[in-house]
Amino acid sequence: MTQTATTQTAAHGQAHTQQHPIKLYIVVWILLFVLSTFSYLVDYFSLQGGLRYGLILLFMMLKAGLIVAVFMHLAWERLALSYAILVPLGAVLVFVAIMVFEADYTFLNRILYFSPPA
Amino acid sequence: MVESTLPRASAQPLGPTGLRSIAADLSSDQRAFKNVSWGKAMMWIFLLSDTFVFSCFLISYMTARISTTVPWPNPSEVFSLEIAGTEFPLLLIAIMTFILISSSGTMAMAVNFGYRRDRAKTAVLMLVTAVLGATFVGMQAFEWTKLISEGVRPWENPWGAAQFGSTFFMITGFHGTHVTFGVIFLLIIARKVWRGDFDTERRGFFTSRKGRYEAVEIMGLYWHFVDLVWVFIFALFYLW
Repeated sequence: MTQTATTQTAAHGQAHTQQHPIKLYIVVWILLFVLSTFSYLVDYFSLQGGLRYGLILLFMMLKAGLIVAVFMHLAWERLALSYAILVPLGAVLVFVAIMVFEADYTFLNRILYFSPPA
Repeated sequence: MVESTLPRASAQPLGPTGLRSIAADLSSDQRAFKNVSWGKAMMWIFLLSDTFVFSCFLISYMTARISTTVPWPNPSEVFSLEIAGTEFPLLLIAIMTFILISSSGTMAMAVNFGYRRDRAKTAVLMLVTAVLGATFVGMQAFEWTKLISEGVRPWENPWGAAQFGSTFFMITGFHGTHVTFGVIFLLIIARKVWRGDFDTERRGFFTSRKGRYEAVEIMGLYWHFVDLVWVFIFALFYLW
């Protein structure tokens, strides 16, 4: 392989590559550690009820957002690609909602018809 | 240091922005995702389909857990670890979480050094990532062994709802398989980086295409995805 070919691709590759300061990754890394510690502490202090589930979901979404946006570079990708990835996830949420109703219905029916006589 | 907004600015010098740019891209000739290489677009589409696979597992777990009339075993107690007579809830799982996050961090740095064409640092960071990933799988094997010895089976367990075992083995097993394949994938790409394939544009054995440092970023996408799935499993299965 000739030297010119290598330098050409280097110049060509530069326009499309994801180049960010290392510091950004370290900051996100630390944030992920802190958020994970927080979610572990939720269990350690055995918080209960809405507070527990709210905090678990909050830390989960923050961590997921940081990983996808910074580590996976989705924040800098072309908008058409980001939307092609993120919009279909709405279908997952719809599926979750459907199955919550379905599962609650099953649960109530099991209570009504399958619970052992008192 | 290159400004972080540079790629987009150079990629879209003119033309519409916002939703209009999406409409323009999707209705354009030949390719929808301009300036995104086919390899990266394909990895993203694979990851999206994989997201649906894991979503289905987690949704079936949710359905089983909501609809069962038998109490669900308390994961905080099931996965606790006794050290020097004290019970630590979820200790092993917490350590596994930190290991996987660290591996994501080293992977992100490997991608960064790859684009700086720093061959040695990229390869070493990828190897560190692989070692952390293998450690994760090892700890998972330990966890499985512990639970199986305590009598957890896909059809029964000593503490409550039988579906606990089936969903646990299904979800963590699938995730562990992903990590294992990720480690193999990492070792293959790290070898190519070390050998200088991406500097000499050596053609791939299987695809006959010229090697580029973008392969490291595509590998990174897969690895971060594995970490991402763990974030959801950790929150929804272990902490809930």
